[in-house]
Amino acid sequence: MSTNDSSSDGLDVAAIKAEFPLLQREVNDHPIVYLDSGATSQKPQSVLDAMDRYYAEINANIHRGAYLIAERATTAVENSRAALARFLGAPSAEEVVFTKNATEAINLVAHSWGRTNLMEGDVVLLTALEHHANIVPWQQLAAERGVEIRWIPVDDEGRLDLTDLDVLLDGVKLLAVTAASNVTGALPPVRHLADAAHAVGATVLIDASQWIPHLPTDVTDWDADFVAVTGHKMCGPTGIGALWGRRELLDAMPPFLGGGSMIQNVTFDGFTPADVPTRFEAGTQPIAEIVGWHAAVDFLEGLGMEAVAAHERDLTAYALRTLTERFGDDLVIHGPSTVEERGGTLSLAYRDIHPHDLSQVLDQHGVCVRAGHHCAKPLMKVLGVNATARASLYLYNDESDVDTLADALADAGDFFAF
Amino acid sequence: MAGLEDLYREIILDHYRSPRNRGELEVPPATMAEGFNPLCGDEIRVYLQVDDEVISNVRIGGQGCSISQSSASMMSTAVVGKSIDEARDVLRQFKEMMSIHEHGLDGEDAAPGDPAADQPGASGLGDLEALRGVVKFPVRIKCATLGWNTLDQALTDSCSE
Repeated sequence: MSTNDSSSDGLDVAAIKAEFPLLQREVNDHPIVYLDSGATSQKPQSVLDAMDRYYAEINANIHRGAYLIAERATTAVENSRAALARFLGAPSAEEVVFTKNATEAINLVAHSWGRTNLMEGDVVLLTALEHHANIVPWQQLAAERGVEIRWIPVDDEGRLDLTDLDVLLDGVKLLAVTAASNVTGALPPVRHLADAAHAVGATVLIDASQWIPHLPTDVTDWDADFVAVTGHKMCGPTGIGALWGRRELLDAMPPFLGGGSMIQNVTFDGFTPADVPTRFEAGTQPIAEIVGWHAAVDFLEGLGMEAVAAHERDLTAYALRTLTERFGDDLVIHGPSTVEERGGTLSLAYRDIHPHDLSQVLDQHGVCVRAGHHCAKPLMKVLGVNATARASLYLYNDESDVDTLADALADAGDFFAF
Repeated sequence: MAGLEDLYREIILDHYRSPRNRGELEVPPATMAEGFNPLCGDEIRVYLQVDDEVISNVRIGGQGCSISQSSASMMSTAVVGKSIDEARDVLRQFKEMMSIHEHGLDGEDAAPGDPAADQPGASGLGDLEALRGVVKFPVRIKCATLGWNTLDQALTDSCSE
């Protein structure tokens, strides 16, 4: 059984939990056990305070006023951009474009880079692990102009099957791949894929939504061309994400959304777009969210991403071991079986209990898990299921959370023992 | 607090364990409608055989959670042998019961004793009354209504032929 002592891996989880107001509440008369950080993470007090302070002290529109608080607000936004660039390992803050979320970041690439560079018959290579956010924008492009979509398949353990990678890469213009599956937790070999794609002259987009909250990120190490990220899964607020892109690619791309801020000049006859990244940031940005995201980056850097990754690796190993020992063949955990190949996203199938029913019983124990297809229906088809119950672990979870999950699963087994 | 027993009444679990009218019918002469719950991936097929304005046979296919499966099973027993107008009447009553207007969006706010149960007309639903507890779990209302919305579609399809 657990000891609740996580000090051996460097994170003081009890102290971390205490910084998250929501994790102090009860649900259905039980202390909350939040295991749905794959959907969205909880937010530490420092993030909430940063947003409140912005509104209370320096709320003004950015890049416009010459007065003191407008200047402070502008500085706060640019400081956040710089902090995020550092967090991503980006060579320059100007390569970081704020978007609403990772979905919008991918759509930005599809609309702007895609509609400039992809013609009829060009090939976009995706993987069966992708979230709908990294599928549908490309299918829209395929329907609009006859771009061909190919798929890298997955094997029995929910890992990419790279056996035929060379064949699949033939003629590919863009490889778009997730760095971490939101269903199986699988961690595709991003650098290997990027090298192979670049060897055939393809551009590489990484969906890092499920990666950056959990593992140290370096877009240069990945040798990626575009990286899409979101704030709300990494302790930041909802409504803010970003696209990192190589400067020369961004410089050559036309604007995505048109409007205020994104121009150098507008006349009755037309407009001249602004430089990168402003070119892609039309309209008033979610300033408070950008400021809150900066606080989230500070929070994670304060803990150290190496320490976060080590903690989650140990906790994932504990969860795999505990659940397997306790439930044996009654419980299927989709995805790779070793922590070297996976993150702490555990998609579960327990006996014949439908995920919806499972999550309902778990909720009675205060345990929050996601039930459904996780916006990855093609992958669900490969796994042979319509839905799974997904428990996703994060830095504020500990072994007692896993134990509570196991107890709640056992209770669900009793309730639905037909 | 709404407990599990409010949701998983014995008769619901019974229909889940032993679904009635499971299977398929040949199309045509039967009509078939498909319903999806895009949130969870549940899918249901309702096969309807209508002879002289009367539903002579119903079969249910697809897969889903205990609530969607049992609700569809109970629906099949409630409408078989009924005229199309009678079936539409049951459908309307059931969807009225599933309406969350009087309960608020937070299931915990549902009034004790469930005054909605005293509404005139509610008694006409018989066994289907067991599904009333679902409204205390707003997320599951879509599960309970999936089969019924699919029946609605199948009735419309069979009338247009």
